[in-house]
This record gives sequence, structure tokens and C-alpha cells, in this order.
Amino acid sequence: MEKFNKHTGLVAPLDIANVDTDQIIPKQFLQKTERVGFGVHLFHDSRYLDSAGKEPNPEFVLNKPEYQGASILLARENFGCGSSREHAPWALEEFGFKVIIAPSFADIFYGNCINIGLLPIKLTEDEIEQLFQKSAQGELTLEIDLPNNTVSCGDISFSFSLSKFQQYSLEEGVDSVGWTLNKLDIIEAFEAKMPAWQ
Amino acid sequence: MANGLTMYEKLWQNHLVEDKAGETPLLYVDRHLIHEVTSPQAFANLRFHNRPVRHPERTIATMDHNISTRSIEINAAGEGAANQLRALEKNCKEFGIKLFGMGHKNQGIVHVMGPELGLTLPGTIIVCGDSHTATHGAFGALAFGIGTSEVEHVFATQTLRQNKAKTMKIEVKGQVGAGISAKDIVLAIIGKTGSAGATGYVVEYCGEAIEALSMEERMTVCNMSIEFGAKAGLIAPDQTTFDYVKGKEYAPKGEVFEQAIADWKQLKSDDDAVFDEVITLEAKDIKAQVTWGTTPGQVISIDGVVPSPDDFADPIEKESCVNALNYMDLSAGTKITDITVNKVFIGSCTNSRIEDLRAAAGVVQSFVEKGHQVVSTVDAIIVPGSYRVKEQAESEGLDKIFTDAGFEWRLPGCSMCLGMNDDVLAEGDRCASTSNRNFEGRQGRGSRTHLVSPEMAAAAALTGHFVDLNA
Repeated sequence: MEKFNKHTGLVAPLDIANVDTDQIIPKQFLQKTERVGFGVHLFHDSRYLDSAGKEPNPEFVLNKPEYQGASILLARENFGCGSSREHAPWALEEFGFKVIIAPSFADIFYGNCINIGLLPIKLTEDEIEQLFQKSAQGELTLEIDLPNNTVSCGDISFSFSLSKFQQYSLEEGVDSVGWTLNKLDIIEAFEAKMPAWQ
Repeated sequence: MANGLTMYEKLWQNHLVEDKAGETPLLYVDRHLIHEVTSPQAFANLRFHNRPVRHPERTIATMDHNISTRSIEINAAGEGAANQLRALEKNCKEFGIKLFGMGHKNQGIVHVMGPELGLTLPGTIIVCGDSHTATHGAFGALAFGIGTSEVEHVFATQTLRQNKAKTMKIEVKGQVGAGISAKDIVLAIIGKTGSAGATGYVVEYCGEAIEALSMEERMTVCNMSIEFGAKAGLIAPDQTTFDYVKGKEYAPKGEVFEQAIADWKQLKSDDDAVFDEVITLEAKDIKAQVTWGTTPGQVISIDGVVPSPDDFADPIEKESCVNALNYMDLSAGTKITDITVNKVFIGSCTNSRIEDLRAAAGVVQSFVEKGHQVVSTVDAIIVPGSYRVKEQAESEGLDKIFTDAGFEWRLPGCSMCLGMNDDVLAEGDRCASTSNRNFEGRQGRGSRTHLVSPEMAAAAALTGHFVDLNA
């Protein structure tokens, strides 16, 4: 996993609540055995007017000229709800997003983002609203500083938090499986005490 | 004096391998269920790092998401699906994992298969790369869906890192009225909490109405925990649970089973346990439920009308209502019983067990006696949850009741719940579905889903619209 330190990028505002992972990456694109090839299908049903994905929908935020190259997705509450498919964060990451900012995330989606190094940032409803308003006024670029836990732009600076280990894992690009495999003795000691039925 | 513990806290303590300052707590995973869609990349990473599956005997695989419901041939599901199914076969063989593949007597939807084989036990932690893993919480197991990176972590270590959730108690007081199903109970709960009402929580369902449910009904309730954001749903194991588990193929036997029951009896929340949130419903107020919108929380009683955006004070809910009415092509004020459907799906990990099929068949029979058949404008399919369910249903003659009335009787799989195979709705189709998600495009691009119980879905097939069976 790549290390995450600071990131400055253009914001794409997705002004919809309860965006589910079926919308982020519909089921017909889950039939892959590889980890790549999902970005092109991100938000497929909203992004394209046709099922084949040939005709971009000009109304959809990610198709608008002013948001080309966006790397920060600004979203509304309960982002990433529904299916546990990690293909959703994979698709967002492959499309070019490094950061998702929302007032709340679904639990599984949030964990999946952390595990692949895509930074999910929770801000208050009020802060999110300010960012949507700023974005509506013209191109919004935000600076994300993970070590200092800040989101800033000009005179605004909002702070966010992650759990200690999640913060460390993102900053250091920790191989979480390798990390746990270093603790096999503790796991084996636990197993030795388990009841027979377990 | 310290307060007592909730069931979640007991399960947590019993599985805590390490809780080191500065690290996310490490929990032991007793059972890992896998399927073809969310596992291939995890296996690929194991291979890349040259890591084995640490406890292959604790992982069980089945094929369910992608498969055809018309044929047990792997190729019948199309090239992409067949690729994933073959990859699962190859991976299971290489890493020593038991697989219930196509044609196997134990094959079925992962959350139907696990419980019916006794792989799902109280007091365990069960994970699967599927959000409806919450189903297994019906046994008093801490069960939740995980992403593919976590699937890999469980493969390699038999553990997971998890932050502790908050606790919510949902008490359903008293008894439900006649004809009210477990699906109606859980949809009513979601209607009350909203689609994200339990985000960050593990929910425990309790109260007389919950205790009165069979294991299969409890599974229906816990299955939909994720649909209001809960990490997991739990129901305290009791005699109903022990009786269900006893004698199942993979359940402990003899003295070990007796010891297990003694341990499982300790799991229920202490009387003085404190929950972060408590929600109470009166069972007698719960009516048959139908979703009208595009999240499971957009649900209303069968005797109600489609709501108006003006009914919602919260601006985001108001906006969601506008969008949902537009997508669903519904007008505010329309009576729910006036909504017509052209597709009916009875199946999914929510409602495809034998009791669901019996309930649906009962409704079908009562309508057939009044001269009804599946109406000519409706295509209706029934997809049993597993081979075992299918065989049981056929031994009871349920398949005949369905097919004589005009339903299609299919082979087990996830099918139209998510439409990864060819069981998809066309644009503009309107479906009465016993599944768990009514998201935009879930059952097919531009299609419209109304979530209901098996009884309500059966009645919709035979009349072409929603029916208040208790009117």
C-alpha cells in the first residue's frame, strides 16, 4: 500500500445522500478475478446514458469539464452504504480519487477504504455544507494534511480524526497482513485456550 | 459497581486476541465463509506473498452470487461468471478449502448454507465477503461482512482488526398480529430508524416478538441489519437456537455439544447491561410492509399511501423522497394497494428458506382456491436458497403448487437479488421482491424494486398488485 502524507487536489461535489456501493460499481462489473479494470465503470448507471457505457451523461458531475482531474470526492451522508464489495473503493481509486470527504460513511466501506489507502475523511454536516457552497462558487482545491489531520483551503481549515492505528497504517503504508503475521505467537496462545466446540 | 455486559461485549471479550495501545484490537475469527465474487483477489495476494491459508478447515466456500438458476453447468452463467467460478475451484483446491460447488448437495446461498449445515454456531465470530453476513447473528454469533483485503487478512491470520462498535438494543414488545412476518418486523424497524440509523452500532434484537420467532425468521430479521447501517445484528441464543443447531451436520456432538450449550447460555446480555441506544417498537402496531423508494428505510404499511416530499422535514430526506418518487415513477398519495407489478421474485438470503416457501405456497393455495393464477402480465420466479431447501420443498410438493399456479421454479442461488446472472429486470420493470435492497439499478438498470415478505410477493404475483392480506 502506498504511503499517504499530504495531498492537494480538485474537488468533485457529489450532492446525493445514501450513495450505495451498487451505484459506485454496479454488479455486472464485479466478474473479474483481477484487482484492476473497475475505474472505467465507476458510477456507471449515472455516468453513461447507455448500458454499454459509450455515451457519457453530460449532466453527471464527473463528466462536467470543470471537474476533470478531480482527486477529492465531496459527498453527503451515509456514503458507501450497502454491499461490502471492495470493488467500490477500488473503482474510486482507479478513477483517480485519493480522498473522499463526507459527513458519514457506511462502516464496511470506511474500513475498505483505509485498507487500500484511500483516505475517508469525516467532517461535520456544517463543514460539508460550507465545502459544497464553496465548490458551487467555482473550482475548489483542497489541501489534505494527514499527519496534521487538516482539510484546508485559503482561510478555512477543518480538522478530522482517524483511529491511531488507521492513521499510522495510512501514513506508513502498512502491510496489515504482514503486521499481524508478526504476532502469530499471540494468536497461537489464544487458540490453545479455545473451547473444543469453537 | 461496574455495569453488566451486553452480548456484543461478551462476544468481543471472548474473541479478543490482542488489545494493544495504538493498534486496532485484534479479534479471532472462528468461521470464514467465502464465495466466488469477493475472494479471487484475496487468493491472488496470498499467492503473490507466498502465504498459506492459516486454517483452511475454518473456511468454507460455496458458489452463489454469479450462478445460473436454470442449469448447474458452470458455463451456463456466462463467461465472466464461469471465470470466477473456475477460479474459486482452483483456489479452493490449491489452498485446501472445502467447496460446495455446482451440483453439490450442500451448495446454496452462503447465508442459507452455513446455518442449515451447523457451520453457524452461537458464540462464534463469522465473517464473509458479503454484507448480509449479519444473518448469522440470529444464532448469537457476531457476524459481519468484510471487504476483500479483510478476506485476505482472515485467510492468512484467522484474525481481523476491528474497532469496537457502539451498542443498540431494539426491543419489539408484545406479539405481532396474525399474518405479520419477520420481514415486516425488520422493515418496520428500518422504517423507524432510517437507512443509516444504526451506522457505527451492533444491534441486539430482543423482546417478546423476537423471542417468539423461529430460527429462520430470526435470520430474516438479522439479515437486514446492514440495511439500516448496523455492523451486525444479534439475537440471544435460547432453546429455539439450541434445538435448531442440534444434530446439524457440522455442529458439535455429544459432550462437546453439552459444553457448548452451557457456554452459549452465558452469552445473553446481563440484566444490568447498558446500551448506547435503545429503540422500542410495539409489535401490535406493525403491519405488512412495502418499500416505496430506493432505500430500505423508505417503507410504509400496506394500508398506507406513497408519501409526499412535504411529509419530510429534513431537507436531505425531502430531496431523497423527490429522487425516489422520480426513479420509482410513483406519485405521492397513491394507495400502496394500487401499485401494479410485472415481476415477482421470491428468494435471496433474506427469504428463501423452507418456511418462506411454505408461507408463500400457503398464500398461493388460498388464491388458487379462489380461481387465481399468476396474472398474465407478471413473470414470477421462485429461487430456493439452497439444494437442501429445494429438495425439502419438492418433498412437500411446494414446487408443484408454485408451478401449477404459473410460477417458475428455479435452482438455488442469489439470483435476482443482485442480478449478477441473467436473472435481471429490464428497464422500467416493477418487481415485488423478497430480497433486501431496493437501490436504484440493483435488480437491473432502470428497474424498480419493492421489498416485501414472501406472502406479499406471492399475493402480488396472483393479483398483479400489492394486497392487504389482513384486510
